[in-house]
Amino acid sequence: MNKKFGIKEVVAMGIGTALFVVLTNVQIPLGFIPNTALQTRAAVLAFFTAVFGPIVGAVIGFAGHALGDAVFYGSVWWSWVVPEAVFAIIVGIFSKKYAIKEGEFGTKQIIIFNVVQVIANAVAWIIVAPVLDILIYAEPRNKVFVQGVSAFVANIIVVGVLGTILAVAYSKVGAKSSSLQKED
Amino acid sequence: MNQIEPIIEFKDFTFKYRAQVEPTLYDINLSVYPGEKVLIVGPSGSGKSTLAHCINGLVPFSFPGETTGELFIKGQKPEKMGIFGLSKIVGTVLQDTDGQFVGLTVAEDIAFALENDCLKQEDMKKRVSDVANVVEVNELLHHAPSELSGGQKQRVSMAGVMVDDVDILLFDEPLANLDPATGKKAIALIDQISRDNDVTVLIIEHRLEDALYRDVDRIIVVGEGRIVADMSPDELLCSGILKEQGIREPLYLSALEHAGCTVLPQSKPQHIESMDLSPYEAKVTEWFKQIERPKKEPVTEEVIGITDLCFSYVPGQPILKNINFSIHRGEMVSIVGKNGAGKTTLSNLICGFLTPDQGEIRLNGADISGLSIKERGEKIGLVMQNPNQMISKPMIFDEIALGLTVRGVPKDEIKERVNATLKICGLYPFRNWPVSALSFGQKKRVTIASILVMNPDILILDEPTAGQDYRHYMEIMEFLKELNEKKGITILMITHDMHLMLEYTDRAIVVADGEIIMDSTPAKVLTDETVAKRAYLKKTSLYDLAVKCNIKEPTEFVDSFIYYERELRENV
Amino acid sequence: MSRILTYEEKNTWIHGLSGVTKFLFFLVWSIVSMLTYDTRVLAVMLLLSFVIFKVSKTSWKQVGTVFKFILLFLVLNLLAVFLFSPNQGTAIYGTRTVLVPLVGRYSITKEQLFYEFNIMLKYFTVIPAVLMFIVTTNPSEFAASLNKVGVSYKISYAIAIALRYVPDVQSDFTKIKHAQEARGIEMSKKASLMERIKNMSAILFPLIFSSMDRIDVVSNAMELRGFGKNKRRTWYAGKKLTGKDYAVMIATVLFAVAALVITFYDGNRFYNPFQ
Repeated sequence: MNKKFGIKEVVAMGIGTALFVVLTNVQIPLGFIPNTALQTRAAVLAFFTAVFGPIVGAVIGFAGHALGDAVFYGSVWWSWVVPEAVFAIIVGIFSKKYAIKEGEFGTKQIIIFNVVQVIANAVAWIIVAPVLDILIYAEPRNKVFVQGVSAFVANIIVVGVLGTILAVAYSKVGAKSSSLQKED
Repeated sequence: MNQIEPIIEFKDFTFKYRAQVEPTLYDINLSVYPGEKVLIVGPSGSGKSTLAHCINGLVPFSFPGETTGELFIKGQKPEKMGIFGLSKIVGTVLQDTDGQFVGLTVAEDIAFALENDCLKQEDMKKRVSDVANVVEVNELLHHAPSELSGGQKQRVSMAGVMVDDVDILLFDEPLANLDPATGKKAIALIDQISRDNDVTVLIIEHRLEDALYRDVDRIIVVGEGRIVADMSPDELLCSGILKEQGIREPLYLSALEHAGCTVLPQSKPQHIESMDLSPYEAKVTEWFKQIERPKKEPVTEEVIGITDLCFSYVPGQPILKNINFSIHRGEMVSIVGKNGAGKTTLSNLICGFLTPDQGEIRLNGADISGLSIKERGEKIGLVMQNPNQMISKPMIFDEIALGLTVRGVPKDEIKERVNATLKICGLYPFRNWPVSALSFGQKKRVTIASILVMNPDILILDEPTAGQDYRHYMEIMEFLKELNEKKGITILMITHDMHLMLEYTDRAIVVADGEIIMDSTPAKVLTDETVAKRAYLKKTSLYDLAVKCNIKEPTEFVDSFIYYERELRENV
Repeated sequence: MSRILTYEEKNTWIHGLSGVTKFLFFLVWSIVSMLTYDTRVLAVMLLLSFVIFKVSKTSWKQVGTVFKFILLFLVLNLLAVFLFSPNQGTAIYGTRTVLVPLVGRYSITKEQLFYEFNIMLKYFTVIPAVLMFIVTTNPSEFAASLNKVGVSYKISYAIAIALRYVPDVQSDFTKIKHAQEARGIEMSKKASLMERIKNMSAILFPLIFSSMDRIDVVSNAMELRGFGKNKRRTWYAGKKLTGKDYAVMIATVLFAVAALVITFYDGNRFYNPFQ
């Protein structure tokens, strides 16, 4: 049996995508540039990717973004769907390094996680998304780059704060209880 | 019987999970024969779930560990068959019906195992409709899970494993999420399936009285990883083993015991309906006569008042119609009724998550329609059913402090109030622990503490004991009772646990079809056949006991029993 | 929850098509509308979209809310394009015909209007395909369709699980949000950005961790019922391809080829009426 891609990963993709879709509507608007807001779902994607790896993350990002856009907004902006998957793949490649499931998500891992997420967000939103926008929609360069940069800023904040909080908390859940002592 | 090969056979079987130091199961020797119907009981943590996992293959395939001794399922060793091979022999119906329902519709979910076997579509359609007929969900084939009740989902789960023509059906706490009437129906259906389909049935359940609604051949008691008893129901019920193991015995047997009777197996105590009570009748009547209940002073200070409350999601389809009631200070009240009757809607309206179409909700005499959710939250504390859906901080102290922190209470005061609450709730020694290290019951306490710290006037709890075994049930309920008696906190509980309502509340409000159909003492509610029927409740067996013993006032008998038991608990 | 798009059972010609066909159509249609900027092609596509809309008997009630949202978004986007690059049209079409001179480099030119008109067309041609796909394709059939067009069955089933559990996750979310609001967590604009993010974590934390529990239960349940045992699996809800389906698929491909040939015939994806 292929241990790397078991049933748990399949279910994680499914439930992760469901979470991502539901959270599509849960966002904090950032400014007046269209399509940019603090997307809480970005934190969920980063968290699932960090725990389950790049394939699970890429599917959640891709399917979740496409489905979420489709059912809420009746349209699919492929130029913003693809970067979501790109982001997940980059974050996911290093998932072993964060050791979240092992309960060792400490200062060092937090730094690695955040360095990686900043790079991944940069690649996804400052490079891939604007380039696709130009290729598909022939939109003005300056516009798509401003959009990309604001998405980048919004996402590094969300992933950096929310994503880190979630990962730290989940890592603590795995903490061994044998080391605990009752206090008077 | 001896010539037949057992279908399940454990021989000196010991199992230890990889992550644990001590084995979870010790020296299990157990044989189950084809066609038997066996009930497995034991408190949480006794190892009964692990025993079930050994049979369906989750142990060792999903939960690895070390085994010694031997296990044969249908004459074969599980490790040779693999989890997929085992799934052709053993069908498991999980407790969490939402987790087991993986299809988008009933038909697809039933077909799931067939799809994985690459069956052709035509063949699948036929098999699915055949099995759907057996469990009576054939009318629902194209329904989504969200359109089904808990009982219906469970039937779909049954169909989903029966579709594989399994030899063994394994039910993991089938009653945990059902209202009493639906639970009764489920047990009847399981019984019918076991008779008609020549399958071996194993039921894991700690609600013994409800599980015994239909005959079983044997009961196996698991305690601390060992098999403590393996005998017929009649023998077991007279043996005293249940009590030792912390399993609740049927209420009518507790009553007989209080009356000083020693019940013998030949009286057939398995069902109150068919039990021979003639040897005990005189003692029961005598005992009933000598209990004197003090009259309670009624309280009249209103905490929550509701007048003419109406609510609907879609105009013309009311969920709640003209609801009127008052909750008084210091009361402990249960709201009961079948799932979907409007109980949760009612608490959502009180907390302000929903806005009523008409009517008034008062808190301490003042209309609260102008108050926000947050403002109401300071006075009306809501505790959700599943503590995992409420706890939002990894550390216990922070979790309990949350409500104060967001309200800008000064740090010193927070510390003082949280520590005081921790002490009340018996959590003080754990204050620096992560929440994840706590048991379910302790987590429940944390959620209650996180509400109590805000000094609310009233606590509303949604199913406070659902899915808990007797010990945890007692632990949670005794704690709530203490809060109610010592701190004077008014408590409102939404529940379908008849024991809870009978034993811990003085008043029950029965909701059915969006209306209050009764507002009285639990004893009256649970002895009224028409009300019980409309609200999907179950008449208490104490009532049957009283009637069979020719007691003229069965309702008073129930009240006396409850009073007696409360006194008993208090004097421990 | 605000009105979102959902499947509605109706008895039309389009509902009768296999999910595979509709999915292929949706993909090809999206790709063509992404690649082309040819006004003639886009106009034809828009016209066809309206026909499809009518044939599928999709009602305004089903899609109205979403449609209004798209319109708002589109207007904002068109304004943004103008603000950022008022001369994009000139850059593309090579001429500059000023209609209304405004301040500085901001003038309304014919070329800019035409360019933005094309953007609008592009948006409008995708929308009906998405709406139609969602409201006429039974979600049960979707996973089977994905598998049929070559997506691995494990990923296909993951999508089915997603569709299955969206309502459950949504109701968990609402319940958790309410309970936390009652405890005093507020999402209002009053709080600072950092506060709001932290408050959001009070809702996400329980939501995600109860979801992690759910992943364990669901994967055990699936394993006990034999998921993943074979290299392939069959689908109860899959719809067989009929002649109608093949006809639509062939027509779709032919249309796509024709559209792309027309678009790129002059070596440029833009249709230029100015030269």
